[in-house]
Amino acid sequence: MQKHTFTISLFAGIFVLTAMAQFGVINQYLVSVIMLMGVNIMLSTSLNLVNGYMGEFSCGHGGFMCVGAYVSSIVTVLLFSKNHILGAPLLPPSLALFAFPLALFAGAAVAAVAGLVVAIPSFKTRGDYLAIITLAANYIVISAIDNMEIIGGPRGFMGMNATVNGMEGLLDIPWMLLWVLFGTVFTVWLLRRFVSSTLGKGVPAIAQDEIAAEIMSVDTNRMKLIAFMLSSGLAGLAGGLFAHILGYVNPHSFDIMKSTEVMVMVYLGGMGSLSGATLSAILFTVLLEVLRPLEIWKWVVIPLLLILLMQFRPEGIMGNKELSDLFPKLKKYYSFK
Amino acid sequence: MPLLEAKGLTRRFGGLIAVNDFNIELGEREMVALIGPNGAGKTTVFNLVSGFYQPSEGAITINGKDTRSMRPHQVTSLGVARTFQGIRLWGEMTVLDNIRVSQHYRAGYSLLDCFLRTKKYMGREAEIERVAWELLEAMDLKEYALELPRNLSYGLQRRVEIARAMSLKPSLLLLDEPAAGLNSADVEGLIKLVRWIHETFPVTIWMIEHQMKVVMSLCTRIKVVDFGATIADGTPTEIQANPAVIKAYLGDDTI
Ligand SMILES: Nc1ncnc2c1ncn2[C@@H]1O[C@H](COP(=O)(O)OP(=O)(O)O)[C@@H](O)[C@H]1O
Ligand SMILES: [Mg+2]
Repeated sequence: MQKHTFTISLFAGIFVLTAMAQFGVINQYLVSVIMLMGVNIMLSTSLNLVNGYMGEFSCGHGGFMCVGAYVSSIVTVLLFSKNHILGAPLLPPSLALFAFPLALFAGAAVAAVAGLVVAIPSFKTRGDYLAIITLAANYIVISAIDNMEIIGGPRGFMGMNATVNGMEGLLDIPWMLLWVLFGTVFTVWLLRRFVSSTLGKGVPAIAQDEIAAEIMSVDTNRMKLIAFMLSSGLAGLAGGLFAHILGYVNPHSFDIMKSTEVMVMVYLGGMGSLSGATLSAILFTVLLEVLRPLEIWKWVVIPLLLILLMQFRPEGIMGNKELSDLFPKLKKYYSFK
Repeated sequence: MPLLEAKGLTRRFGGLIAVNDFNIELGEREMVALIGPNGAGKTTVFNLVSGFYQPSEGAITINGKDTRSMRPHQVTSLGVARTFQGIRLWGEMTVLDNIRVSQHYRAGYSLLDCFLRTKKYMGREAEIERVAWELLEAMDLKEYALELPRNLSYGLQRRVEIARAMSLKPSLLLLDEPAAGLNSADVEGLIKLVRWIHETFPVTIWMIEHQMKVVMSLCTRIKVVDFGATIADGTPTEIQANPAVIKAYLGDDTI
């Protein structure tokens, strides 16, 4: 029973939050901050798999998020909205609720495949050189979309609201909040299962001594493939949710600036700690909101905070520990596997 | 069919010939030493056998299988395990996890099994965990299971490294200077451990070792290399009396 306490309170939490949003206990602004938090948790935990657990330096996470955002948006727009190029909706809005998760999945799957652009070079390349490849991957995605007039090019792409409206037409609850909360739990759960398995522990083995890993029967190429594709796929899932929260995407929302934000969250939280990445994503989202009045100056303050952090606690908030390592008593309740 | 057969093994690094026309045949449950001065090419031979380097010339077969186009993890899954001259444990992972990860090839479940925690997954993980605990118990390492290797003494780290290699259930175990850096009590412990492994498991042990005490008390056959070439091959007593060996070790004028 106690082992399930955490899961039960998690789902109770989701239910309560959705109910509170539904009945106006928390306002629309707060709801959107919570949704942003969820997306950020998905991004930072998924990047942590590569930058924390595997010890590589991927700085193009925004690119994979972008792939997921566009692919899922194109699917839902194709299906449920009228677009001057893609034509009339193919399905009635009542099906939006069922098609939406499939669209998200499609976005994640294509983003995972896009992860190959980085995964395959990683077989032979490490460190700085691989970092440059991830940077290039980010640029390739953004520039490719910039040049695709059919999906709006640099002006962006919209029409995703029709799908959200379709879901709300069926049952009027804050669907996007619900989807984001589920997506967040799903992401952390999936990563948690992976990194705690013998298979998944091959990833930190690569970080700590790749030669020993290969000699000790770890198929390092397969592990890199899994790590990069899982990481980029989950970033794609986050991107799909992000696009449908806003109802509008622009390729430049996913440029190096976005990737840097995610990296800041990873290093703030601690490399190789999922609870660290989760905490830091929450903290970071709140910080961005609190510093909003500073406008563009917040981009002076936040990097400054990062420099201070690296000076005084270079291992991040959690280091490579999980919450349950620091508070062993939590283990009784906390078996998120 | 021999367990390991290396024929005409040659490895060049640019102009340097690290290993030159090296030949060996190892049968089941042998205990053999490879000795020679520093830089003679001993570690390179191990790197070739474990698939970490590709030979420039020559061939290696393990149980009749040609390993030339294989990646190291594939050679390992044929039953070759090794330790390293400098300890290469995963320092940020517990001793137990070190001995779990080394059983990767035995995991054999898919990513989907891992996500869904299928029956297959649970079974394999339980088996991996059981093997790890058994080895830790048998090699007197149980109390360190949850320690990080970097917090252990050098002698214990060596022991963990050997345990990690044994978790692969190898038929050929390569030990690269297992006694290097150990104090004399640890050396005694090592000799006992290696002998116990040899008696308990169906494994051939091939070791590179400088400490003659270890070699003489364990091995029945010794191969001596110098400048990449084999200069002697025989029983411990033959090797001790071999003039070429004495010359290689002590230089021309000392005798
Ligand atoms: N990867 C490599 N690149 C270049 N030279 C190497 C490499 N590995 C080994 N060597 C050289 O090969 C020779 C044999 O090295 P090694 O096999 O480590 O000797 P031993 O283990 O007998 O002390 C040395 O001269 C060494 O410098
Ligand atoms: Mg050596």
